[in-house]
Amino acid sequence: MSEARPLSSRVITVPFILGVIVILLAGIFLLKRFIYGLGSVSGMNDGYPWGLWIAYDVNVGTAFACGGYAMAILIYIFNKGEYTPLLKPAILTSMLGYTLAAVSIFFDIGRYWNMFNIFMPWHMNFHSPMLEVAVCIASYVVVLWIEFSPVLVKNPGVRRMLKVEDIEEKLNKVLFIFVALGMLLPTMHQSSLGTLMILAGHKLSPLYWSKLLPLFFLICAIMMGYCIVIFETSVSGVAFKNTHEFKLLTKLSGVIPWLIGIFLIMRIQDINARGALSQIFKGDLPGNMFLIETFLLLIGLIILWKPENRTNVKKVFIAAFCVLLGAGLYRFDTYICGFNPGNGWHYFPTAPELIITFGVISVEILGYLYVVKRFPVLALPSKNK
Amino acid sequence: MSVSRRGFLKSVVGGSVALGAASLTKEAKASKKELPPDAVGILYDSNLCIGCQSCMVACKRANNMPVEHTGDQKTWDNPIDLSGKTLNIIKMYKKGDKFAFIKRQCMHCLEPACAAACPVTALHKDEKTGIVTYDPSACIGCRYCEVACPYDIPKFEWDSPFPQIRKCQLCNHLLEKGEYAACCAVCPTGASLFGPVEKLRKEAQRRMLMKPGEYYEFPVNHIESGKTRVHKAKPYINHIYGLDELGGSQCMILAGVEFDKLGLPDVRRQSYVSDLEGVSKGLYKYVVYPVAALGGLVYLVKKRGVHD
Repeated sequence: MSEARPLSSRVITVPFILGVIVILLAGIFLLKRFIYGLGSVSGMNDGYPWGLWIAYDVNVGTAFACGGYAMAILIYIFNKGEYTPLLKPAILTSMLGYTLAAVSIFFDIGRYWNMFNIFMPWHMNFHSPMLEVAVCIASYVVVLWIEFSPVLVKNPGVRRMLKVEDIEEKLNKVLFIFVALGMLLPTMHQSSLGTLMILAGHKLSPLYWSKLLPLFFLICAIMMGYCIVIFETSVSGVAFKNTHEFKLLTKLSGVIPWLIGIFLIMRIQDINARGALSQIFKGDLPGNMFLIETFLLLIGLIILWKPENRTNVKKVFIAAFCVLLGAGLYRFDTYICGFNPGNGWHYFPTAPELIITFGVISVEILGYLYVVKRFPVLALPSKNK
Repeated sequence: MSVSRRGFLKSVVGGSVALGAASLTKEAKASKKELPPDAVGILYDSNLCIGCQSCMVACKRANNMPVEHTGDQKTWDNPIDLSGKTLNIIKMYKKGDKFAFIKRQCMHCLEPACAAACPVTALHKDEKTGIVTYDPSACIGCRYCEVACPYDIPKFEWDSPFPQIRKCQLCNHLLEKGEYAACCAVCPTGASLFGPVEKLRKEAQRRMLMKPGEYYEFPVNHIESGKTRVHKAKPYINHIYGLDELGGSQCMILAGVEFDKLGLPDVRRQSYVSDLEGVSKGLYKYVVYPVAALGGLVYLVKKRGVHD
């Protein structure tokens, strides 16, 4: 039998200290951004008004954070209760990923002091996919913290701080609403992240522009959600010598080839329908990026297609890694490499811009390490007393 | 019983996916947008422009915009493109001894992508004049307008800790005083001509029919001012840029050189805003679909019990 327990090992380790250094550096550059403006730290410009922070931190980052959403679909909609041990750690990464994406949006938007206008009905533009994304991501961050709170309140320190004894019972009474919202909100904003780029119109390569962008982004998010659960369970399993959840991964990995297959067939047929297939082999940036993405997804598809490969944790891990890269690149390229405003504009992230993103990733990793060591998240074999 | 419920669920899910897909792929009808009742705009004629740049000076003065230095010199205002400091610019295309000027500024689209994009209605198309205005008190600085604009017009103040989006607002503040766009008011040749869009369209069509080499009267400053200049007509490209592009716009451009050489994108007639509307209306039908979906999900989670 297994139960969720804190790992109870040391928090301050060498990787932890390295992470803190990166976060401090990122903090210095963020200070510069707030004093001298966005141009002082980033390579973004009027041709490429969105850079690494939107394309990676928000678009790829929230897809990496779709583990909780993807597992919830499997558990609640398809009634696969056996995956429950994977749900809690997945919600933790989702919570951290989405919170940090929200933080990234905060320092990316130019007029952050006006941010609350997105909640003011007289300002809202209901046709803007940006409104949908902003409101949904903000609410989903709150939903994730509530979904994860039963784990947090299990810690005696947290419970003492809150001074509410029966908080667990109270939470359990309302939790089902938040679990339901936790499936609705990502469906809405993960597709809207694709809808956003419909307006980019002719500036987006025909390999990436499509009216089906919302569907592609949604499939991508779910696909990446399952892959991140596999990735994270294998890495933490090896790192914390907790391998007994691996057999669940075998079953879970059987879903992924179907998703990849549907995604690739729909995407290629969509490009074909618009008569843009020849663009793939043009040798330009969008064409080459398309080939790289498709190649990575195909590796994942081929590995996971054979049932015997799915019992091999190493192969499942490699496949999941390729899919994360391929689908992540697809989302990134829809915002950067497939986007060309013309008139000689170009964009490459500057060093401070990259360091700020590394800082964000560090906060996520350190946050994960801290929480699994101090809160009951991972399902560990029962202690033999 | 459970089988039939499962079948029901499946058909509901399958049905809504099919419905969504159908509304996504359905071609939105390319219906031409009607002009706002008091639509005003600018007709820019590259053939009449002498590149004096007095419109750029007038624009900076009328809109209180700072000078912009390019290169080492710190004396002259010499922007190389539109920016957070420059709302209107005259650029030159040159090949061999052939050259042409082009004026870049907001086109004031009939279906403005920037306004469709803006989550907080900071960019807004006026119901009467059709001018696309900007309200900094609403703007959150997300820069989606810059991504969405097919003509790359809205610009951001990258070097400011309190940045704004900057774009031509057709001297909206002057209209209230009974004046009109400063760039047109100073144009000595009539290359930049202000006026009601209907009249500008007719004027543009008149110029399309002119015989090159013959002399014609061209209205100057404001099409209703009655002032004219006589110019020898030069050959035009047989196309009014901005009449049909992406649903049409209130500013139009005539030229003797192909428009793509002047930096204007070769775009389709149907706007991308109509694509967006097709998708978002199809998928969200206002709030009916999300609310229905939430109801279904709450029921499912309740039935299955929250997994811990």
